[in-house]
Amino acid sequence: MNARNLLTVYLKELKDSLRDRRTLLSMVIIPVFVMPTLVFAIGRIGSQAYARAREEVPAVMVVGGEDSPDVVAALRRSPRFRIVPATSDYRQLISDKKIRAAVRIPAGFEAGLRTGMGGPVVILHYQGELKSGFAVGELEAFFRDLRDRTVAASLAAHGLPPSIVAPFAVRRENVAAPEKVGGNAVGGLVPYVIIMLCFSGAVYPAVDLTAGEKERGTMETLLCSPVARIDIVLGKFLMVLTSSLCAMALSLVSMTLTLLIVGSMSGGVARAASTMVAQADGGALALVAPAGIAGVLAMVLPVAVLFSALLLTIALFAKSTKEAQTYLMPLAFVVLLPVVIGLLPGVELNSRLALVPLLNLSLVSREMLSGVWHWPYIALIFASSCAYAAIALVLAVRMFQREDVLFRS
Amino acid sequence: MIEARALTKTFRDRKRGEIRAVDAVSFRVEPGRIYGLLGANGAGKTTALRLLATLLQPTAGTATVAGFDVVRDPEKVRASVGFLAASTALYGRLTAREMIAYFGRLNGLDEAEIGTRLDRLADELDMREFLDRRCEKLSTGMKQKTSIARTLIHDPAVMIFDEPTLGLDVMTARAIVRFVRECRDRGKTVIYSTHVMSEVEKLCDTVGVIHGGRLLAEGTPAELQARTGQQDMEEVFVRLAGIEESA
Repeated sequence: MNARNLLTVYLKELKDSLRDRRTLLSMVIIPVFVMPTLVFAIGRIGSQAYARAREEVPAVMVVGGEDSPDVVAALRRSPRFRIVPATSDYRQLISDKKIRAAVRIPAGFEAGLRTGMGGPVVILHYQGELKSGFAVGELEAFFRDLRDRTVAASLAAHGLPPSIVAPFAVRRENVAAPEKVGGNAVGGLVPYVIIMLCFSGAVYPAVDLTAGEKERGTMETLLCSPVARIDIVLGKFLMVLTSSLCAMALSLVSMTLTLLIVGSMSGGVARAASTMVAQADGGALALVAPAGIAGVLAMVLPVAVLFSALLLTIALFAKSTKEAQTYLMPLAFVVLLPVVIGLLPGVELNSRLALVPLLNLSLVSREMLSGVWHWPYIALIFASSCAYAAIALVLAVRMFQREDVLFRS
Repeated sequence: MIEARALTKTFRDRKRGEIRAVDAVSFRVEPGRIYGLLGANGAGKTTALRLLATLLQPTAGTATVAGFDVVRDPEKVRASVGFLAASTALYGRLTAREMIAYFGRLNGLDEAEIGTRLDRLADELDMREFLDRRCEKLSTGMKQKTSIARTLIHDPAVMIFDEPTLGLDVMTARAIVRFVRECRDRGKTVIYSTHVMSEVEKLCDTVGVIHGGRLLAEGTPAELQARTGQQDMEEVFVRLAGIEESA
């Protein structure tokens, strides 16, 4: 290996790539502008949709209750619902989202309240539908309040204090530091975003520098030079790694800046949006341990090396950019799978999972962002990631020595 | 000097089994001479030249190029060779100057040396006008000149040309032929592959007829004409390759 030759190849690839609009797009434009805009826009649209849903007074139908006029009247008076005339097709109306919920009041309900035998009130709703969910919440609050008032009146009639049914209170108190709470909330998402950016930043140059060169006929020109093939492939690998890390770093900086700017604007909607942004990216610096972010970045390095070498190896095998893209597209899903598993609740880091590439990064990141540092696991994960990266790099170098691959046509 | 000794290259093909692309080929090219490798498409010319340029490794046999063995010292061989083929393209996003300088660096030249040689080549090849234009914007002729300068920047003792006029217009092809002659006149060892018979007649001091990976005949164009009793090089080739019936 000759460092001077390697550097010559790398610097040429860097210059060449910086002049290529498509590389710039994947290395700079998408991470700096598109990703934050996208995340921010999704956050903003989401928060606005949520706010609008919250503002709506849900249409609710009361089924039955003819002999419970006071309860029905109280429901009608409540500003939290809009009671619509009862019809028999209320189930269909809920399914069609024409009304948000219906409440079925059993016969003799009001009379039963006085004897403590009110019968069950049934709330019919559309599971998983946001606005229906809000209507259910309001209806439950209404009937809970009615039950409490009924109990209190009954106790008072018997000369008993209300505390007899609630002799003690139960309340929650959080002892976790804010960054631990934030770390758990965003800990899985940060490596997810980082891994995806590392991957997407490496794809285009990996294809362009290998299959692209074969297609354009410059690979043969380059191989005519006296530079050893290992120097050529390592120079190319460094370029792919640069693009991968650049995409990730620029995106993190850009998202953090976006978040800070949005935060300083400090509008109600903006604040809500920024919260959503914070949940979706590494910009949640205020919520997580700062050392955790540094830790995640350090752990991502060997993974970026792994991606760059792996993508280079696969793209090198292809004889055209089209063929390379066909190979790399499914790889994006393969990369996502372990990261998504890492997001599932209940999946905890152990010595076996610490050896599973990407999943181990996802799990350890969640811990580090929560301020938990399991050094033996961290060492094991870093070492195994380095080993995988080294294997991928050796594969790339070997692939570049193969005549049948370099001159495949 | 180039000396190939029983140079052999076999490939494995899933459908066709083992293919002997170059089969025990031996020849010798002296400095200041042009050796023409004449053969039809698929005869093994490109593989033979790639073996000499150490882009491929021989399965058996070996060759010495500018005093270095292609198997033992491939990097030294490449440092002594200028390889120009129809398939060796330029980096479109680099300027002609950057392209040539890049290959100067890859050949171990320092910046001062690259500057001096680049200036001289730009004058010799009349490249001043487009030296700072990106290769993707150059005309075919300009691209060929840039490719020639790329092969010459390290002043190699041996020049290998693999069908360099393929797909070029008449004027550009003539310029290439002129350049090949100049290489010979400067004392370089030149090997030139082609399937264009007229080029062989015009250029080559010695011709090797290659067919099915094997070197079937060798001699000066006049010797080959005398041996076959034919004047027309196309007829000479067809007779020597023994492909008249199938042609």
